Amino acid sequence: MNGSLHLWLIPLLPFAGFLINGLLGRRLPKFLVTTVALIAPLAAFGFVLNAGFLEFIHGNPGFTNSVPLAVNLNGHDAIINPVANPYSYVETFGTWLNIGTLHIDFSFVLDQLSLVMLLVVTGVGFLIHIYSVGYMKEDAGYARYFAYLNLFLFFMTTLVLAGNALVMFVGWEGVGLASYLLIGFWFSKTSAADAGKKAFIVNRIGDVGFLIGMFLLLANFGTLTFTEIATKLGQDPGWTGGVVTVIALCLLLGATGKSAQLPLYIWLPDAMEGPTPVSALIHAATMVTAGVYMIARTHVLFDHSPFALNTVAIVGAATALFAATIALVQTDIKRVLAYSTISQLGYMFLGCGVAAYSAAIFHLMTHAFFKALLFLAAGSVIHGLGGEQDMRKMGGLRKKMPVTFWTMTMGVIAIAGIPPFSGFFSKDAILYAAYTQGSLGKVLYVVGLVTAALTAFYMFRLWYLTFNGESRDSHAHPHESPWSMLGPLVILALLSLGGGWISGAWAGVGNFGAFLAPVLGETANESGSAILEVILSVVAVMVAVLGWFVAEWLYGQKSDHSEQLAAAMPGAHKLLVNKYYVDEFYGATIIKPLMAVSTYLLGWFVDKAILGGAAWLLGGIATFSGALLQRWQSGNLRSYAAWLAAGAAAVLLFFVLPWMSLLANFGIHLGMAGH
Amino acid sequence: MSSFLSQEVPLSWYLLLSALLFTLGVVGFLIKRNLITVFMSIELMLNGVNLSFVTFAHQWHAVKGQIFVFFVMMVAAAEAAVGLAIIIAVFRARATLAVDRIDLMKL
Repeated sequence: MNGSLHLWLIPLLPFAGFLINGLLGRRLPKFLVTTVALIAPLAAFGFVLNAGFLEFIHGNPGFTNSVPLAVNLNGHDAIINPVANPYSYVETFGTWLNIGTLHIDFSFVLDQLSLVMLLVVTGVGFLIHIYSVGYMKEDAGYARYFAYLNLFLFFMTTLVLAGNALVMFVGWEGVGLASYLLIGFWFSKTSAADAGKKAFIVNRIGDVGFLIGMFLLLANFGTLTFTEIATKLGQDPGWTGGVVTVIALCLLLGATGKSAQLPLYIWLPDAMEGPTPVSALIHAATMVTAGVYMIARTHVLFDHSPFALNTVAIVGAATALFAATIALVQTDIKRVLAYSTISQLGYMFLGCGVAAYSAAIFHLMTHAFFKALLFLAAGSVIHGLGGEQDMRKMGGLRKKMPVTFWTMTMGVIAIAGIPPFSGFFSKDAILYAAYTQGSLGKVLYVVGLVTAALTAFYMFRLWYLTFNGESRDSHAHPHESPWSMLGPLVILALLSLGGGWISGAWAGVGNFGAFLAPVLGETANESGSAILEVILSVVAVMVAVLGWFVAEWLYGQKSDHSEQLAAAMPGAHKLLVNKYYVDEFYGATIIKPLMAVSTYLLGWFVDKAILGGAAWLLGGIATFSGALLQRWQSGNLRSYAAWLAAGAAAVLLFFVLPWMSLLANFGIHLGMAGH
Repeated sequence: MSSFLSQEVPLSWYLLLSALLFTLGVVGFLIKRNLITVFMSIELMLNGVNLSFVTFAHQWHAVKGQIFVFFVMMVAAAEAAVGLAIIIAVFRARATLAVDRIDLMKL
């Protein structure tokens, strides 16, 4: 049987939703807009489930040597060569480019990695669509909002399904566009419009890296298809460093842009200007993880370049710590979560950097659950307080918003890394993988551990400030959100609780890693041991609890401990409140010189002086010569006649001059003829 | 042996006369201000050209030149009719025949 999984339907359904709501949404009644907007992601989710079932459980209909799932899950003997993956199902829709030896297809790939990503994207995406129905109810741009959201799903699923780097780049740019549109959704607000621009431009810097990486891939491998690159590298195992390092670093630059890592993370905190469900879906759960996904997809390149791999790990660990310290002192509830997202993405990069790709993807998945939950719960809080985002004006919401409180509590415990919640398993898998990776890994492990303590601290700080104690704003009249918003919260809370259990192991990636192993080409780590795993996980839990206790001490009771602490270290506090002055630093070193070059060199000198001068000169010549020639048209009959005569004389002279000598002979001849 | 009078007039004399007539016409056209005189100068140029046509026709024993002369005379007659009509119209409108004053086409 040679069936098709119809992968093309998965992105195209949200795209249809985008077209309907984008073109007709303003004229459709609201319930129709809602129906279209919800059916698109739900149907896409259904098709993902269907494709996953057909391929992995029922046996791939389009692939002859497919084996049942259970065989693959037993034991850790992973298949090293990703090309030999029996579950890599490719669907090609046609040739995109065919120039000489360059051949690029428009193709989608469904394998273990893209299936996991698709389930997260469409599943969490659908929940957030439901939530948005309640959250955006009163907004004038209701249809536009859902059109953009569906457009995002279209591009994101394209990115995930892409079989080669070029198709992935289409999705990559597309999600950037959707992100821009949704950050600047309330475009009449200057800060929102600016934030959208900032996100787009900063991402563009990273995209340059991705593009150059693709050019280098084409130049050195002659293909952009992921499996072919893996094959070519597999044929030459000794090929390390050199151009592969350059390609990997270029791709890393692209990933740091999209996934908000150092040094390109600056757009993500500002992206919180968008509606909160957008922050949850795009700027926490899915789009920002595209960089991690891309590194996992192209992991063979990183595997062949230890330098690039170490760079990924260092960038990730540095970002994790850096963002976590900023999150300590933020007062805007969404900004805390934004910096927390950057920090957690840093964990995923750290996981990729120590070649524990499955651990990174594992954390990507659990993070999608609990961070979406945290954002949506924060959105519920903001919604209940009528738009208030400052945590200093919250407090005492525990009684007023019980469902939001309990679901958010589960999210906080999950991100803090306390078992049995999901964050514990995935974070522990990454830390364990880092610890077992030599001396650099030990250093990164310590950084990760410190970050874990900071994470627990700032999340419980948020929790205490928001829900504990008494309300600090007497004008607030908090109310619980409608069930269209609370429903997704409950589901995500359950996923945050149980999402980590699918690994089936107390520590490490377990079954989850074994499932992904054919794609990611990992083997079970031999340098660790069961005892070590348990010890490390206990340490991680202790560190998280420590963070909790510090938060409890500083913010738990009615105390001024936090003010005292800030007063004791005014320099450090100021540095953190101002986010290390990175925006100011970029402003002074990059934006200002660029603006000066644009204004003075390009604007004044090139545009006004050279180009404007040239245009002015040409116009001046025409005017001046016209003014001169105008005098010719005197209207005076005799002057016309004189010019006519002069012209005739000139023409005559022109023709006659060469014949002058002949004419002289002719004259003599005539004279002789007279005789 | 033949006397001065019995000698045929050389070709170059006809051509010189023709050029002289034409030049007179051109100079008259350029320097005279009266429109009628300008008009007459044009006739002079035409007849100067006619003379050279006839001369060459005689010289080469070709009839083409003479036929051209008829054409020119015919066109000159038509031109005289139209031109005089225009001159009269101009005089009625402007009450002058000085070409310097008739310069409405000037910018």
